[in-house]
Amino acid sequence: MSPEWQAVWLTLKLAGITTLLLLIIGTPIAWWLARTQHWLRQPIAAIVALPLVLPPTVLGFYLLILMGPDGAIGQLTESLGLGLLPFTFEGLVVASVIYSLPFTVQPLQNAFLSLNENLLEAAATLRASAWDRFVSIAIPLARPGFLTAAVLSFAHTIGEFGVILMIGGSIPGETKVLSVAIFDHVEALEYTQAHWLSAGMLAFSFVVLVSLYTLNGRFQPGVVR
Amino acid sequence: MSHSERIQARFQCHFDKFGLDVDLNLPGSGITAIFGHSGCGKTTLLRCIAGLQTAKGHLSVLDELWQTASHSWPVHQRPLAYVFQETSLFPHLSVRKNLLYGYRRVPAEQRKITPEQVYDWLGLTPLLDRMPARLSGGERQRVAIGRALLTSPRLLLMDEPLSALDQQSKQDILPYLERLRDTLAIPVLYVSHSTAEVARLADHIVMMERGQVVAQGPLQETLARTDHPFRLEEDAGVILNGEIAEVDDRWTLCKVVFDGGELWLRHHDHLSSGMSVRVQVLARDVSISLHEHKDQSIQNLLPATVDHIAREVVPGISLVRLLAGGTPFLARLTSRSVHRLQLTLGGQVWMQIKSVALAD
Repeated sequence: MSPEWQAVWLTLKLAGITTLLLLIIGTPIAWWLARTQHWLRQPIAAIVALPLVLPPTVLGFYLLILMGPDGAIGQLTESLGLGLLPFTFEGLVVASVIYSLPFTVQPLQNAFLSLNENLLEAAATLRASAWDRFVSIAIPLARPGFLTAAVLSFAHTIGEFGVILMIGGSIPGETKVLSVAIFDHVEALEYTQAHWLSAGMLAFSFVVLVSLYTLNGRFQPGVVR
Repeated sequence: MSHSERIQARFQCHFDKFGLDVDLNLPGSGITAIFGHSGCGKTTLLRCIAGLQTAKGHLSVLDELWQTASHSWPVHQRPLAYVFQETSLFPHLSVRKNLLYGYRRVPAEQRKITPEQVYDWLGLTPLLDRMPARLSGGERQRVAIGRALLTSPRLLLMDEPLSALDQQSKQDILPYLERLRDTLAIPVLYVSHSTAEVARLADHIVMMERGQVVAQGPLQETLARTDHPFRLEEDAGVILNGEIAEVDDRWTLCKVVFDGGELWLRHHDHLSSGMSVRVQVLARDVSISLHEHKDQSIQNLLPATVDHIAREVVPGISLVRLLAGGTPFLARLTSRSVHRLQLTLGGQVWMQIKSVALAD
């Protein structure tokens, strides 16, 4: 595989795994944030939103320290026999999940907030347990939210750069994703290669956003067309 | 009727500006209307019974305990069904899937009502493959009622199921509700603020005011009371059950015989001799004279005995209860008339009934 295609494949793999993990982790967080009155709701919401406002280098710096040999996560992974996470693909996955968390949680939270409480109550009177109501009513009605969350998380992971540079460096086949490859080409004054990759990213991002807006317009539940 | 065949509910809960404090003992069959003005706590009471609203209290339904001081069954484990005021159909499911949502979640051996029966009763067959967004308001409520029945509930809770509908849709749905009452042996608690619906459907009534029960009992007996603090004001009146004895085609009238006399009312096409009917006589349509005046336009003149006088129920107005045979009537008179006629308990008078309405 050419180094360019290797970078593309690595980027897609990272974004795919990250999106899947984010949907699994983000759904319960979003459901809790949308429905709780607990005093911890605002602090947790703020923590989830932190990656939106922090410079990626700050996030990357702290993650590097935490996952390093003296950090809490580093000591945990070492004691589990997993080794250290910085400068590995797994390290990138962990960092990406944290970095893109708000892009999953916020659309899901909004989708859950706009659910009609009356429908969940009706389902309860029709013998559906809490889990059953979540699966049979909440998830299908929040489908546009899930679609938005998945697409935004995927696209945002593909576009990340600062965190990856801090945590992963530029190891071909392991951590050298597209954005890093472009940076390396520019550093080496290889503008032709940089152009190809950049134009590809631009086209991809545009297509993703257009499909998202089109699909979300079509999937409004209850709307007759 | 033993305790195990009744519904006993005791609830207390408090909100910022409102508290509910009720103690009810209701029959385990027929339709019980929970009646009162908006904001009196009717819906809150229904939500407490369903378990949708947490409240301190005790609830037993027929032979089952649903809530005690120490334990409360979660909503989905109570064998009840709830028809909500606003539409509660699942927008992402077809009418058929909505109808079967609860049915599929009830263990097969507990299912007593089949989908085919419900489609037939409520005329749902042509709607099955539509989405809820393509139904009219009346159709939606019929689907919601069908969906509730398909869980084979032991108790059916209905929260003003007709209030969001226009007059025509209401008239279309009422016969279905009557058929339910007459065909199924499921006790129904029916929240309403409409005297017309109550008069037509209910067997039993609970009157509520400011979170408290002010009267409860069989419909006819309770409506004929003058002593409870609840004022129906313009809508005060009695309901009586009778049978059509005669149809007079020439004058488009029919004669209803009841325990204590007979009344003429306007003939309707669906009525025939021998039918049982429910008629409503409003207190404001009843006037009293001391002698029988035949030379007047009013058709319905009945001899009666003064049974009770509630003076000044509102300033200037008194409510008089009269007995014709064993049947009570109410008359809403000015206090001056009561004084001028010198009405006394046990006195013999003639009731002049200006209008008799068919309740069903």
